[in-house]
Amino acid sequence: MNTTKMRQILIAEDDPRDEALTLSALEEYNLANKVAVVRDGEEALDYLYCRGKFKTRATGNPVAVLLDLKMPKVNGLQVLRTVKADENLKIIPIVVLTSSREEPDLNECYKLGVNAYVVKPVDFTQFMKAVKQLGIFWAAVNEPLPQAANEKTLVSSG
Amino acid sequence: MNTNIKYILIAEDDPRDLQLTMAALDEYNLVNKISVVSDGEETLDYLYCRGKFKTRPPGNPVAVLLDLKMPKVTGIEVLKIIKADNNLKTIPIIVLTSSREDPDLIECYKSGVNAYVVKPVDFDEFMGAIKQLGLFWMAVNEPPPQMAPEKTSIQSGVFISAGKK
Repeated sequence: MNTTKMRQILIAEDDPRDEALTLSALEEYNLANKVAVVRDGEEALDYLYCRGKFKTRATGNPVAVLLDLKMPKVNGLQVLRTVKADENLKIIPIVVLTSSREEPDLNECYKLGVNAYVVKPVDFTQFMKAVKQLGIFWAAVNEPLPQAANEKTLVSSG
Repeated sequence: MNTNIKYILIAEDDPRDLQLTMAALDEYNLVNKISVVSDGEETLDYLYCRGKFKTRPPGNPVAVLLDLKMPKVTGIEVLKIIKADNNLKTIPIIVLTSSREDPDLIECYKSGVNAYVVKPVDFDEFMGAIKQLGLFWMAVNEPPPQMAPEKTSIQSGVFISAGKK
């Protein structure tokens, strides 16, 4: 478990309360050196493709994307579909973090290749606990693809 | 419905690693049930409910802990077959391996692995990693909905009608 690596996490979440709770759970356990937040699906894609307002962001893929499903402009399912269909981006771990436990959402996400699916607990303490566990696994235990393999992404972003 | 019992499948050929993994999962009461296979061929037979697993209880594991270096059929081959199968591709596969080699990482992620965990050499770190893995995949992750049981029943021979055999 190499915690000295620069591990960035992308959170795609439109609800400010959920965003605040998620950030605070991740920060409390020093789980990510860098957390970026986007508020809708369009921004999520712009971030991952290094385009639009993210054209000059620091390069490299996040080690995980925490993806809400219900977002404006482009919803989570569409983001997931786009990313997992993209040869360069499909290797990024996507963890859906949503209030939906609906079977159609679960089915669709797993069929599209989501890496994991976490239902947001309603209870505050449970929510913090779930994000902590999620954070520990994806930021400290899981081995993401090495950055060198992402050179392609750098080239395509110009 | 007995498919509600959460269990994991461990595909591991090294007895020592298997023992440690099961001990770590047991210690934290993370798993009600663990099934074990020791090579790639058995892994596929298990998931396809065929061969010696023809009559196993129906239902997919909530996660498969998959070693890469296994005899008969390698972990990567198992991964590719599972993720190419419409009925099985939704099963979370977590590679658990001593390899941190770039080619293995790239191949696994490109093939749709859900997660990739490098087995720490240090005992305490190993136990810690398995604990976190277990906590996330058993208690936090929401597994995919189970397939309709009829398919599995037919494959296990329960509903074969008179004259078909």
